[in-house]
Amino acid sequence: MADSTHHGNGKPGDSFEVRVLRQDGPQEPSYWERHQVAIEPDMNVISVLQRIAAKATTVDGKQVAPVAWDCNCLEEVCGACTMVINGRVRQSCSANVARLLEEHPGEIELQPMTKFPVVRDLMVDRSRLFRALTKVKAWIPVDGSYEMGPGPKQSREQQEQAYPLSECMSCGCCLDACPQYRKIEVQRYEGETDQAFEARKNKAYDSGFVGAHAISQTVLFNMNPTGKMNAKERTDALMEEGGIQVCGNAQNCVAVCPKEIPLTTSIAKAGRAATVRSVAQFFDR
Amino acid sequence: MAKQRVMIVGGGLAGLSAAMKLAELDIDVDLMSLAPVKRSHSVCAQGGINSVNDQTRQLGDDEWKHFDDTVYGGDFLNHQPPVKEMCYWAPKVIELMDRLGVTFNRTPEGFIDRRRFGGTLYKRTAFAGATTGQQLLYALDEQVRRYESEGKITKYEFWDFLGPLLDDNGVCRGAVGQDLVSMEIRSFPADALIIASGGPGLVYGRSTMSMACTGSAVSRCFQDGAKYGNGEFIQVHPTAVPGADKLRLMSESARGEGGRVWVPRKAHDGRNPMEIPEADRYYFLEERYPEYGNLVPRDIATREIFDICVNEGLSVDPERSCVYLDLTHISRAELDRKLGGILAIYEKFQGDDPRETPMKIFPAVHYSMGGLWVDYERTAAGGLRPGSIANQATNIPNMYAIGECDYQYHGGNRLGANSLLSCIFSGLFVAPCIENLLSTSPHGTAAEQPSSVYANARRQHQQRHNALLKRDAGRENPYLIHQELGNVMTRTATVVRRNDQLEEGYAKVEELHERAEHCSLSDTGGWTNQNVVFTKALLDMFPLAKSILKGALQRDECRGAHYKPNFSMPPLTAEDPVERRREAEAWCDRFAANTDKWLKSTIAVWDGNEPQITYEEIDTSLIPPRPRLYGLVGADVIDKVWKERQAASGKQEAKAAAH
Repeated sequence: MADSTHHGNGKPGDSFEVRVLRQDGPQEPSYWERHQVAIEPDMNVISVLQRIAAKATTVDGKQVAPVAWDCNCLEEVCGACTMVINGRVRQSCSANVARLLEEHPGEIELQPMTKFPVVRDLMVDRSRLFRALTKVKAWIPVDGSYEMGPGPKQSREQQEQAYPLSECMSCGCCLDACPQYRKIEVQRYEGETDQAFEARKNKAYDSGFVGAHAISQTVLFNMNPTGKMNAKERTDALMEEGGIQVCGNAQNCVAVCPKEIPLTTSIAKAGRAATVRSVAQFFDR
Repeated sequence: MAKQRVMIVGGGLAGLSAAMKLAELDIDVDLMSLAPVKRSHSVCAQGGINSVNDQTRQLGDDEWKHFDDTVYGGDFLNHQPPVKEMCYWAPKVIELMDRLGVTFNRTPEGFIDRRRFGGTLYKRTAFAGATTGQQLLYALDEQVRRYESEGKITKYEFWDFLGPLLDDNGVCRGAVGQDLVSMEIRSFPADALIIASGGPGLVYGRSTMSMACTGSAVSRCFQDGAKYGNGEFIQVHPTAVPGADKLRLMSESARGEGGRVWVPRKAHDGRNPMEIPEADRYYFLEERYPEYGNLVPRDIATREIFDICVNEGLSVDPERSCVYLDLTHISRAELDRKLGGILAIYEKFQGDDPRETPMKIFPAVHYSMGGLWVDYERTAAGGLRPGSIANQATNIPNMYAIGECDYQYHGGNRLGANSLLSCIFSGLFVAPCIENLLSTSPHGTAAEQPSSVYANARRQHQQRHNALLKRDAGRENPYLIHQELGNVMTRTATVVRRNDQLEEGYAKVEELHERAEHCSLSDTGGWTNQNVVFTKALLDMFPLAKSILKGALQRDECRGAHYKPNFSMPPLTAEDPVERRREAEAWCDRFAANTDKWLKSTIAVWDGNEPQITYEEIDTSLIPPRPRLYGLVGADVIDKVWKERQAASGKQEAKAAAH
């Protein structure tokens, strides 16, 4: 069992400081706040935030509202708890405190993701990430759920290529680390309806870079025996404004992906498909 | 007439499959979820999904045997028609998911590969690495996104279900929800409400479930009059990795792929496990259960691991209870291909590579067999009548429940890899039933209701919310009360249950409930106030906690996930065949008497302060109950005596006829 004592800094009983970048709401100014947390065995950043919520008192003894953050499964599969920890975007559930303190003795720094609008504190609005999946039609367009027998046979090799891509949990690490993925924040007008705001937001999102995660999903669905029947549509979507041509090949995405998804391989594949498609389109004219 | 709408609460496998099927039937759907649906707890399901398949069929398997394994594994505490229907649907469900693009593992020939799971002797379980739940959920999420893009489904993500919206006649007319960001409370008119909100793991503080699994949605329906069935049947998964914030599942598939559970024969043997020779290892499941070995059903494996650590003192770790789950004899390539996902989690969270060294694991609260009571309509052949408006219906008109949050399908104990099946099946199956409800509108439509119904419901919830925010500062802390609740529940109502502890636990929970009513909030704001949302969920955990404890206290027997040593049925001791036979007769007498008394569903209703419990007869007309005898000494004689009695009573013929 991972024992926090042998990681140097951080014996149970000791404490450390947590610096949190807080923000009370969208458009509000952000500010740093410091909390003192006692070390317990097997601590991760989630348990740190739980202790802060239970105590809700800063190092200066000021009573504050608990820090808002997003999490769900705590097993690094749901993708909810992404944040920037000690300067690196990652999942907070798998961020082990003992190891963090080894890197930065005595202190842990928590910030919200940088490429998404802050909702509050460490919670951000990642709806753009899901919007991109709609844009590239990341699904198998089956005829329906009626009984039609099994899908086409697939070789083990095919499955082994597809499987890692299907593990993408839409956490957004790849986007936060990407120099081409710029923050888009759309504010609601006074009296604007849900639908009108949604439509305006989607339009703005669709003009920005679609992101590595969505490119990789097009590759996943384009390699599926049924999904490939609609490969052209998905590739076309990747060639629109904010498409694959925006990628600067910085390779930051693949370096931060917690699931080690071969994102740059996907980008290269999708890039080739786009090139082939544009040549074909040229001759189709 | 305005187009009718259905509100679904919860976007896991059950909620998404219902949404997909309803949209396909051209019914408009609203989908409310605490988290973006792609982050629902179904993503954590690891091992796989069961169905009879071409390969097992040729080894003598059929749907009836899958049905029998489910009912037997569940200790006969399930109405048989829904289980039968589910098992007969299972092959179709796998084929559908395959068509939707799930990356199921493949055999060298390109077929869907299968593995074995607990409680069965066949390789029925289809899997996508060790992240099957994730892949299945994504496939459904993708279909729902597709319908969403066509305008047939509207998602309300980051919304909290505050309660069903009932009219003066107690008919459900929709739901009240709260936006977790803006804190706006809104009434949603609906012609049918489907609850698909999952299990109540947080009632136990730490479990293998996600942070959204508070049970609050179910509790809110329960407090508004919905019946709650079999609350005390909480499955404790045999293998999980203890953590400070939660207990992380180590899938049964690790054993399905050949993982072996053992402890050193010498207590706290300090040697590196890889250096302990075979002779010094105690493979207790294999020795005690030669037929099923490491794949005995979960309740048995859980109790044996508990027994080895707690009663025999053979825990691997002197400070905390755990046993080895060993995969080191399997090749690295095969492990990566079939179990990569879960091994990576162990490695990341524990820092050891399970391919090189055995994992240390211990049981953890995992799955609720209990949940909202739901009805069904059976056919003469013992299945469900497709499209009947009774299927999956709660006792509140127009309100349905599916997935883990309904009480059907698993009985006293859930067979591994059956949960994904039950969630997808119940979601798909309920859709045409709702279609019929909408076309017949036996209770009128939502659009016909006076607008005051919706305004009043909204106002009531707004008042409750405002009152919580106005509480005096400096009183009880909701997070600390939650920890205490979890400790009481884990101590008294998990693996082994004793009446004195359950009584004491109930009293303690009553006290905590009282104290929780005096929680004050550290955040009284009106924007993304997670503090008030958590406090509401905490308050709503108590009715469920009390139902679990009271149900367990009253049920004086051992059945599936509910085990009371004081009421266990001891093995046979006599060596002499005549005496042994006599003991077996006595054993069967006692079993028959116990079955008469306890083979019943526990039904709780909330009276405002505590659960009132009654019992409901179970439809066991297809497979007559028989003793569950995994590993019991003398099982062969008991089995023989029981079969003779059955033959004499003519029930065997009835079974054959139904088959």
